[in-house]
Amino acid sequence: MDFLFITQQSLSAAIGVNTIIFALAAIGLNMHFGYTGLLNFGQAGFLAVGAYSVAVAVVSFNISLWIALLIGIGNSIILALLLGIPTLRLRADYLAIVTIAAGEIIRQIARSATFNDTLGGSDGITGKFGKEFFDLNPFSEGLNLPFLRYTPNDLWVVVVGWSVVALILALMWLLVNSPWGRLLKAIREDEDAVRSLGKNVYLYKIQSLIAGGVIGSIGGFVYALSRQSVQPDNYGTALTFFAYTVLILGGAARVMAPVAGAVIFWFLLVFVEQFLRQAVSAGYIPDWLIGVNQVGQIRFMLVGLGLMLLMIFRPQGIFGDRKELALDARA
Amino acid sequence: MPAHSSRFKEQALAAFAAITPTPGVAKPDPIIVADKVTRRFGGLTAVNVDHVEIQRGSITALIGPNGAGKTTFFNLLTGFDSVNEGTWTLNGEQIAGTPPHKVARKGMVRTFQLTKALYRLSVLDNMRLAATGQRGESFIRGLFPFIWRKQESAITAQAEELLTRFKLIDKKSDFAAALSGGQRKLLEMARALMVKPEIVMLDEPMAGVNPALKQSLLGHIKDLRDEGMTVLFVEHDMDMVRDISDWVIVMAEGKIVAEGSPESVMGNQAVIDAYLGAHHDVSLDEGRS
Ligand SMILES: Nc1ncnc2c1ncn2[C@@H]1O[C@H](COP(=O)(O)OP(=O)(O)OP(=O)(O)O)[C@@H](O)[C@H]1O
Ligand SMILES: [Mg+2]
Repeated sequence: MDFLFITQQSLSAAIGVNTIIFALAAIGLNMHFGYTGLLNFGQAGFLAVGAYSVAVAVVSFNISLWIALLIGIGNSIILALLLGIPTLRLRADYLAIVTIAAGEIIRQIARSATFNDTLGGSDGITGKFGKEFFDLNPFSEGLNLPFLRYTPNDLWVVVVGWSVVALILALMWLLVNSPWGRLLKAIREDEDAVRSLGKNVYLYKIQSLIAGGVIGSIGGFVYALSRQSVQPDNYGTALTFFAYTVLILGGAARVMAPVAGAVIFWFLLVFVEQFLRQAVSAGYIPDWLIGVNQVGQIRFMLVGLGLMLLMIFRPQGIFGDRKELALDARA
Repeated sequence: MPAHSSRFKEQALAAFAAITPTPGVAKPDPIIVADKVTRRFGGLTAVNVDHVEIQRGSITALIGPNGAGKTTFFNLLTGFDSVNEGTWTLNGEQIAGTPPHKVARKGMVRTFQLTKALYRLSVLDNMRLAATGQRGESFIRGLFPFIWRKQESAITAQAEELLTRFKLIDKKSDFAAALSGGQRKLLEMARALMVKPEIVMLDEPMAGVNPALKQSLLGHIKDLRDEGMTVLFVEHDMDMVRDISDWVIVMAEGKIVAEGSPESVMGNQAVIDAYLGAHHDVSLDEGRS
């Protein structure tokens, strides 16, 4: 067993590209669910819109990457409006139903044969659409430390990605501590009470949906750029539910929670996988119990078990306040 | 203070002096005028108010047995529910069909029979939320604390003053969920006042409030009138109705069945019928004989 290797892989993942993507997806959900109480089950759709906007604009329409990013943000705003305008006047569950369907519709459209020429069908789009971004990469060599290892391109994505996350968290902190944020939290608690005080609840719910959706689509940018490829099936419902896992793991309605949740989630996932893989090939785990090919599935089972235990013993998440959670029961 | 207070009471009562106490009677200076307001739930007509006027600057009680339609009538007037038919005006302006937040902005603010405290907000934030015209409520300006911080301090001062009045100041940093039922009622009322309404509509403000506090609350409600506010409240506690209301409107089975001064209404046969059931005289007579 090569523990150094296991640690290197796990730590590199814990602060790596996937963690950034899931942190951004979960920060968006934190705005929706944590602060406003909006049940958005279609966050994968926002990531897909971000990712595809970039890939399609650059590859199929030869537009500059920087403009493509703006288009991506514009498209995610449009998606938020499409989802929000008809549903946000209705009871909370309608948004949940509509968003889960919308997320799937987006994925199905992306993989449909009809739009094969522009969206790439089920294979998605692969190409050098991140060129303008990687041209700016100052790292000619990657990182190769005993505990941390990145290729030059990944290192660049990680540095820029975490800077973007830090910027968004700073804005988020300002927002949720402003009267605007107080209004969102009040809507989460009781919409009618907020209405009775003269506040336009509908408007604020739409603003929240847009803000969280745009943050999600930025996660989509990272997803697409880091791989220089978009694949429709990466944006399925599993992505949304992992993002929720990350959020609840960290503790909803805490600014830093999604980051902590994403770091822990990816650390565990990679650690368990590498550990099992090595234990199986070294013969510590007999072949009849777990085969090498089963490791990928079993890691999800073990991580799932770990998360269940965490929820039992720390239901408020890493950052959450247990007292605050208990208030729900009383309410 | 008492002398001062009674002067306002007299003023309010004077407005009613020349009025014949009949259902739907016109008032000298009505702030609300409602016509033919009807709300049906399936086959049940919950509200069927032909005409009613609420006098400005007075304390009006809306009483009636359980299920009379009082809460539904409140919901309709404040835009939380939609009528089948009917129109009403606030300060002469037609506001039927106006959404609830706009009704509140026009100066008509209500509280709820089932209290709506914002549980995972602090008591102070419950209060501050309600202040009107907050600059920091815009997404962009919210990002720049220097734009709204000064206003926030003013709002906080105003909130703390009200919390002191309502004996909640010691709880200001607690979550609203940590308050008792009665304290939540108080918080909701105080919060409504943060909006600085012209007319405040209280749905059973005293339910679950202890007698000592009730007394001081009654004082506050009188103060509201003395500051020029109109108060319309629903209440089952007849002592309270007698104590503070200038005028009483009685609802039963969706209709206004009586109006008048507290004293006259409580002795009114239609009201007794409404409360005890229309056929009580039969059973009472039988009981006696
Ligand atoms: N959403 C609803 N759906 C169906 N029926 C309703 C609804 N809301 C109220 N009702 C009915 O309308 C009638 C009036 O109810 P309302 O709540 O207005 O009474 P109330 O006068 O406030 O009574 P209480 O003094 O008990 O609060 C009742 O018969 C009630 O069952
Ligand atoms: Mg009621």
